[in-house]
Amino acid sequence: MSGQSVIESMKPMHDRSNGLGGGFAGYGIYPEYRDLFALHLFFRDNSCRKTCEAFLKERFDVVWAEEIPVRKMPQITDEPLIWRYFASPLRSALRAMQVDEKEFVVRAAMRINQELTGAHVFSCGKNMGVFKGVGYPEDIGEFYRLGEYRGYCWTAHGRYPTNTPGWWGGAHPFALLDYSVVHNGEISSYDANRRFMEMFGYQCTLQTDTEVITYMLDYLLRRQGLSLSEAAAVMAAPFWSTIARRPPEEREVLTYLRTVFSGLLVTGPFSIILGFDGGLMALNDRLKLRGMVVGEKEDLVYVASEEAAIRAIAPDAENLYAPMGGEPVIVRVKEGAY
Amino acid sequence: MLINASSLSYQALNEAIRKGGIECRIEGCLGQRFIAAGMDSRRISIDGIPGNALGAYLNGANIEVNGNAQDAVGDTMNAGTIVVHGNVGDAAGYAMRGGAIYIQGNAGYRAGVHMKAYGDRLPMIVIGGRAGSFLGEYQAGGVIVVLGLHAGEQSIVGNFPCTGMHGGKVFLRSDCRDVRFPDQVTARPAPPGELEPLYPVLERFCELFGEDVEELLDVPFTVATPDSSTPYRQMYVAN
Repeated sequence: MSGQSVIESMKPMHDRSNGLGGGFAGYGIYPEYRDLFALHLFFRDNSCRKTCEAFLKERFDVVWAEEIPVRKMPQITDEPLIWRYFASPLRSALRAMQVDEKEFVVRAAMRINQELTGAHVFSCGKNMGVFKGVGYPEDIGEFYRLGEYRGYCWTAHGRYPTNTPGWWGGAHPFALLDYSVVHNGEISSYDANRRFMEMFGYQCTLQTDTEVITYMLDYLLRRQGLSLSEAAAVMAAPFWSTIARRPPEEREVLTYLRTVFSGLLVTGPFSIILGFDGGLMALNDRLKLRGMVVGEKEDLVYVASEEAAIRAIAPDAENLYAPMGGEPVIVRVKEGAY
Repeated sequence: MLINASSLSYQALNEAIRKGGIECRIEGCLGQRFIAAGMDSRRISIDGIPGNALGAYLNGANIEVNGNAQDAVGDTMNAGTIVVHGNVGDAAGYAMRGGAIYIQGNAGYRAGVHMKAYGDRLPMIVIGGRAGSFLGEYQAGGVIVVLGLHAGEQSIVGNFPCTGMHGGKVFLRSDCRDVRFPDQVTARPAPPGELEPLYPVLERFCELFGEDVEELLDVPFTVATPDSSTPYRQMYVAN
């Protein structure tokens, strides 16, 4: 699937955003570097880049570095320097820190975003990449020349920031390792969730609520080893009255998850899509205060806030339905391993 | 008049409808919001997918959608009719004050939220299939009918129907044994006398979507109403 079709899907959604943020995540786009971490970075200027590259070279074997190719266009202005690095952690560094390579990459990304002023890691997974910035999504897609990439999964987002600034790092998707999150809504529980995540070393530095969802999912899925549907039951936990009416076994599990991870309940309206290596998960808040539609056509699955976004690229999509609030929609490609 | 909506913004589309005379047909519709907002005395037929808030503040016009519609159909509509030959998204008939919405298929969450009635204005929503959770949330007036046609084994309505309801009526074509209503609401089998005013509405529904009235009435209906005219009076202040 070329990135172009996702751009087309975003066009009828133009009025849902206001030009202050647009972005995409593509999975399976870097097959030639599939075993390396693809680090996408914004830099304020070349001196920030040099400082950051020195930081990277102490920790990573950088196999290839280049500016991400973009198309200059009048709709997109004030862009930072945008680079990508295909790299693997140095064995010596891994041994010194006694962590696995994923944890190593997470810590490096967190440190750059926190400590290296003017440098910002916005994507750091394998064989995937985030492309985002300030502008309407269809323009951002053209800017990054996404028609030239092919992937097995794409997510996209148009932003209409209401509470926080619109800036290049604040556009969706928010990504950590191969997890990327696009989000429609606003999180009432942001501060409670943020404080909980800080206990585990996740620093929220991007001035917007969605970031914390990405870290929560990394924590629940990678570090706690929860399944996708268990993570969904933590974030969009059913009401106690609903849990009370479930069969005993299910009730026990739901009670356990809601009790142990009570700090990770997300309240307020949200509709999110989590992209990961080998698939995606879509999830609404339990009150379903945002729209979400799922459709299929042959071997493709589509999820969008509005049916029109699906019809734009799949006019004869079938099996359309709206999932219930808190009901995760999980799609796996080739049994989760692409 | 025929309007090709492809590549028209919602403003341009509404402008074309205003200039298009008393009858117009829209084709190639794809997500344009606010179609026919506030309009009266027109007939509009739509092919494609109308965007959110179709017929918002509608004031007497008639809209027919030959497929699905999205969220907030008939938002705050005042008069007129919206007919959807398909499913609708969430919050259909949001704060509706008059007129009627006929839906052939299913409705999403919180259909009829904040519906109200005044004087001779009695808004009406008829849902042919199933309704999602929070049906008739904070309903203050008007009538919602859910027929549950082709629902199979699934419940006719999701969780928490009639939450915060303090006026109006909800009719469900089911014995509702599997449905839990909130404490401030009474749900009981609908007696024939109470169903009678619905007959013209059900006939209209059958005419529109090719169903049979006799068959519709072959199944018992449940009617839900708030317990008193002020079911929440002790909740916030004693008044």
